[in-house]
Amino acid sequence: MAEEQGRKWDRCLADSAVKLATGLGVGIVFSVLFFKRRTWPVVFGLGVGLGMGYSNCQQDFRSPYLLHGHMVKEQ
Amino acid sequence: MLRVCLKGANSAARKCLCGNGVPLHPLQQCRSYTSGGSGSSAGKIVAASVLTMGGGVGGTILYANWDPKFRANVEKSIPYSDQVFGLALGPAAPPPVINKPRKVEPVQISSMSEVWKDSKQPKAKEVQRKAEQPDAEGPPAPAPQETLEAAAKCTECEHEPAVKERPEGEVAARLAEQDKAEQDLLTSLSSNLEDALGSTAKVTLQAIGAQEAALQAIAQHTRQLREAMEAEAPPDKKSTQWRVLEDALSERSRSVDEAGAAVLKAKAELDKLRGVIDGAKHLKIAAARPSILAAEENLHSMVVDLDSVVTRVQTAQSEAKIVSQYSELVNEAKAQFQKELNSITPEIQANWKGLTGKLTQDDLNSLIAHAHRRIDQLNRELAEQRVREQIHIDSALEQQKLEDKKALEVAISTALEHNREQMRLEQEKKVEETREVMEAEMRTQLRRQAAAHTDHLRDVLKVQEQELRSEAEEILNSSLMEKETEYRRLTQDQLDSFTLDMNAAYARLKGMEEAIDSHVIAEEEARKAHQLWLSVEALNYTLKTAALNDPTEPLEGAVQAIKESCAEDEFAQALATALPSESLSRGVYSEASLRARFYTIRQLARRVALIDETRNSLYQYFLSYLQAMLLFEKAQEAPPAKLSAEDLDTFKLLSYAAYSLEHGDLELAAKLVNQLKGESRRVAQDWLKEARLTLETKQVVSLLSAYANAVGLGTTMAP
Repeated sequence: MAEEQGRKWDRCLADSAVKLATGLGVGIVFSVLFFKRRTWPVVFGLGVGLGMGYSNCQQDFRSPYLLHGHMVKEQ
Repeated sequence: MLRVCLKGANSAARKCLCGNGVPLHPLQQCRSYTSGGSGSSAGKIVAASVLTMGGGVGGTILYANWDPKFRANVEKSIPYSDQVFGLALGPAAPPPVINKPRKVEPVQISSMSEVWKDSKQPKAKEVQRKAEQPDAEGPPAPAPQETLEAAAKCTECEHEPAVKERPEGEVAARLAEQDKAEQDLLTSLSSNLEDALGSTAKVTLQAIGAQEAALQAIAQHTRQLREAMEAEAPPDKKSTQWRVLEDALSERSRSVDEAGAAVLKAKAELDKLRGVIDGAKHLKIAAARPSILAAEENLHSMVVDLDSVVTRVQTAQSEAKIVSQYSELVNEAKAQFQKELNSITPEIQANWKGLTGKLTQDDLNSLIAHAHRRIDQLNRELAEQRVREQIHIDSALEQQKLEDKKALEVAISTALEHNREQMRLEQEKKVEETREVMEAEMRTQLRRQAAAHTDHLRDVLKVQEQELRSEAEEILNSSLMEKETEYRRLTQDQLDSFTLDMNAAYARLKGMEEAIDSHVIAEEEARKAHQLWLSVEALNYTLKTAALNDPTEPLEGAVQAIKESCAEDEFAQALATALPSESLSRGVYSEASLRARFYTIRQLARRVALIDETRNSLYQYFLSYLQAMLLFEKAQEAPPAKLSAEDLDTFKLLSYAAYSLEHGDLELAAKLVNQLKGESRRVAQDWLKEARLTLETKQVVSLLSAYANAVGLGTTMAP
């Protein structure tokens, strides 16, 4: 269990980074496409990414206390 | 018995022959085969057979001499052997056992004698009775009285010790003597009587004969007289007739005298006989009574005959007298008639019968006239005679009456006497008969009584026999039962002792076996303990094989070994099963590794100290990280004995745990770590699990080793 934290942190950061990047990317895209290369969609995208990552991280860290139902794959 | 003797003799003879002749026999046979028999072999055979026979006979005689029963048997079975025995050994002794019917009478006699032992006279009477009862003819003996006296004496002296029981032989001998004496007596008596009777009879017969002769003579005389009277014979014949008549008369007188003398003799004899009879009667022997009675009857008959003959003679004499008188009268008449006839017809002879042809008519007429005259005369005489007759008849009647009376008296007296005698005889006969009848009755009654007695005896004997038999059976049964119980007891004792021994032996065997088994068991236990200890040591060793960060080898093998080594030890089994499965499958971490791991856990737990269920956002995470960076606690702090509320702080707990870990107390450390809360607890959970596993395993192993040690100690300490 001690590694869980580590793993969680790894996952969180990775996910945040991805989200961030994704947000950035989506922001950039949107800004390029729709918002005439303004920066606010990039930031917005970054923020969205960051926020998503943050919430995912939080969700991940809270996960032991949450009960989940799992779909059992029928094999 | 005889056959046995013979066989014995034969076998003995044969043996001796065979003993001598065994070498001879084959030779003999050879000889017979070769030479066809020789004289010596035949002689030998003859000699052998003679020897055998002689031996058999001699043996029989010797044994018969010794054993009278055997002699009796042989005499019974082989005819003429009794003669042989008589020749060789003398007559047999009187057998002690006499026939039953003969026995009955002596018994009767003795009983009767015992009944009637009051006075001497009845004794004498019964002695005589005894003497007379067995009716037999024997040799002549001395005078009956003497023998009777002797018999009386011996029977009297027999009777004096009357009541006690005499042995059969003695009784029989005495009875035989008595019988003999009685026989002698009786025979003497009877012979006497017979002699007397005979002589008397002879004499009487003589007398009777004489009387008969006299009668005959008288009759002849009278006949002749009558003939002489009636027949008209010529004078010379008449003279011969008269001479014959005289002879007859003399003969008659002679015979009458003879008869009288004979009668006298006979009477004397009769008197003698009567005397003898009286004497015999005085002797009072009952069995001679019939003979006495017969003698008396004979006497009486003789007397009667004699008297009758005498009366006949007398009547004949009287008749003769009458006839003589009549003859005289007739003679007279004849003479007178003859004279008349002669007077009338002198020519005519006396003989009428020859006259019929010679008579003429005149003679006839004269004869007829004479006859008529004679008839008239006779008629007159007849009338006269009738008249006289009456007187004569009266006188004659009177005389006759007198004579008749006398004769009647005499006859009456004789008839009375005869009748008296007859009556007496009849009475005596009747008495005798009744006596006989009574005696017979008495005998039958006594026989009946004896029979009843024997029946009673038989019944009593039967009853006694049954009683005795039942008693004997009872005794037998009781003794049998006793013996059986005894036997059973003995066998039971034997069995018991045997069982006891067996049980003891068995128990000892069992004890030994148990001891051995226990030894075996103890050794087994010891071995097992040793094994257990070894396996526990192996487990310990496997526990020690933990690398720094790897768990130990899976304890399964060792635990399996333990389980095998202590298959029947429940405690060990329980302990072995109490090991956590992860330890078995995966192995456990060593303390050192856990200690090492703790520090990382500590770090981590420090970092998430603020996170718990309510505070678990990322911000909190940041804050807890910050706290962990900024808060400094003692690396190791000795935990207090009791944890207070403020000691439940994560950092403190972690320091306590570190301290206890450093001091080797994993358990305390685990306990302290267990007090963590929240995320730090979650983080430490893994370590805690491991620590718990290790602790468990260690505990079980230590228990097992302690147990193994204890068991081993126990086994080694066991006797």
